[in-house]
Order: sequence, then C-alpha cells, then structure tokens
Amino acid sequence: MHGFANPARFLRIATWATPLCLIAGLLIASAALVWGVGFGPADALQGDVVRIIYLHVPTAWLGMMGWSSIAIASFVEIVWRHPLAGIAARAAALPGAVFTALCLITGSIWGRPAWGTWWVWDGRLTSMLVLLFLYFGYMALAGATQHDEAPGQGQGRMAAIFGLIGAVNIPIIHYSVLWWNSLHQPPSLSVSGVVTGTGPMATSFVVPLLTSVLGFTLIYTGVVLARMRMILADSQAEARLRRKAMAAQARSGALAEGW
Amino acid sequence: MREALDPWQFVTAAYAIGAITTLAMVAGSWLSMRRAEKRRDKVREIQ
Repeated sequence: MHGFANPARFLRIATWATPLCLIAGLLIASAALVWGVGFGPADALQGDVVRIIYLHVPTAWLGMMGWSSIAIASFVEIVWRHPLAGIAARAAALPGAVFTALCLITGSIWGRPAWGTWWVWDGRLTSMLVLLFLYFGYMALAGATQHDEAPGQGQGRMAAIFGLIGAVNIPIIHYSVLWWNSLHQPPSLSVSGVVTGTGPMATSFVVPLLTSVLGFTLIYTGVVLARMRMILADSQAEARLRRKAMAAQARSGALAEGW
Repeated sequence: MREALDPWQFVTAAYAIGAITTLAMVAGSWLSMRRAEKRRDKVREIQ
C-alpha cells in the first residue's frame, strides 16, 4: 500500500485510469438507466414511479461511500502520514456531497407520489441530510487549511479528525430504517439475497439496479481521480513558484551584500 | 379524495436533475484538472 502513496506512481496510473473510469462509467450508467426506465417492469404497488430507484439507490450508496472513503483516507493520513491520503480525502468530498444531494432530491421526488409528501423528518431522511451538512463542513474546513503543510499535521489534521468523527453517521444512516419507525422501506438489497436470488427484490429489478450502481461508482472513481490530479498539480505549481521566489530573493540578497 | 398524479412527470424530473448534475460535475472536475495541469506545466517552463 505504501508504494501507491508515491505521487509520481499515482500520476502514472491516474493518467489512463481517469478517462477510462469516466467513459466506462458514463456508458454503463446510461445503459442501465435506459434499461431500467425504458424496458424494466413497473412495480405492482407503486407503478412506474419505482423507476426512480435506478438513480436514487446508486446516489445513496455513493453518498455514504464518499464519506467512508474520507474516513479511511483521514485515518491513513493521521496514522501513516501518506502524502496522498489527505489529497484523496479532499478529492472525495465534492462528489460525495453531490451524490448525497442527488439522493435527497430524487428521494423527495419519489416520496411525493409514493408517500403523499415531499419530506418527513424520520431517521433515514434526517440522517442523510445531516450527512450533506457534514460534507459542507468538511469542505469548508479542508478549504480553510493550508496546502503546504505536511499531511496529518497542523490545521490539515483538523479536517482529518472531522472526517473520522463524521463516520459515526454512516451506520446510523444504514440502520435508521431498522431502529426507528419510518415511511422509508427497509433495505431491499443484501449480498446473500442477490447471490441466492431470495431477496425481497425481483431479479428484473436487481440486474439493472446493480449495473447502474457499477456505472455510477466508476463515475465517482473517475471524478475523485480527476480532483486528486487537480489538487496535486496545484500544489506542485505552488511549490515550484515558491522555490523560484526564494531563489530570486536569495540572489538579490547576495547581490546587495556584494554591493 | 385521491390525487391523480402522473408518475412519468416525477420520473422525468428526477432523471433530468440527476443527469444534468452528474454531467456538470464530471465536466467541471475534468476541466479543473486540465486547467491545473496546464498551469503546472507552464510554471515548469519558467526559467
């Protein structure tokens, strides 16, 4: 794992992995959405409005995965001080926030015809909204910290600690529909249910849904890689400009002494 | 009284918002990355 923490090695892999993930993700997600919306069956109870599931579930998964990756990267940043871990955590924040917002919006649009209301303050919806606010807080904190500090130190460490503490919300989101009464349905997908075909969801829904999850996960990965490359390029340019400024200052100082 | 809601209006709205937001995020991140890498390369050329 330490080998991949080398920025030069990361850039060699990310150069081809970024467009590959983005193009493959966009193609797979588009195919899954067309499949689900155009050719998938309607639900016996909810009718056609159930087709929102092919967008809502992947965005919910990526909203939670986004913060999980922030928490893991923050842990690595604090414990091992890998130079790329802090960059990875910061890069994951924006796509995680976007997918969380999309999950809340598509869920609200789905709730109006299915539940008769746009919003209820129940455990699942409220904990997901808290996750969106956590993302906003993390982005503000990470943006306010200095870029030239060593990873896992100083103000940068504050964002990493915030990332770790915020992870408490992830199991709350997951188990909220089991712990509290909710209009939101309990989990429809489980590994054992998918593998054995005995889950509460029919295969005609599961296959396009998992394809959509795969497509959106690739898009998320591509966006995180692109944002990591952006942060790395910015910090490399800043470091070079700083070195040049210091060298110029040292030369002018030497000239003044010689004079 | 039960409201007669057209489910396709909700499906269309959800997909329009999802597609536009996702594409905007992908394009924005890609362009920001390209801009930052071009700036880094330009800074490297400065003597």
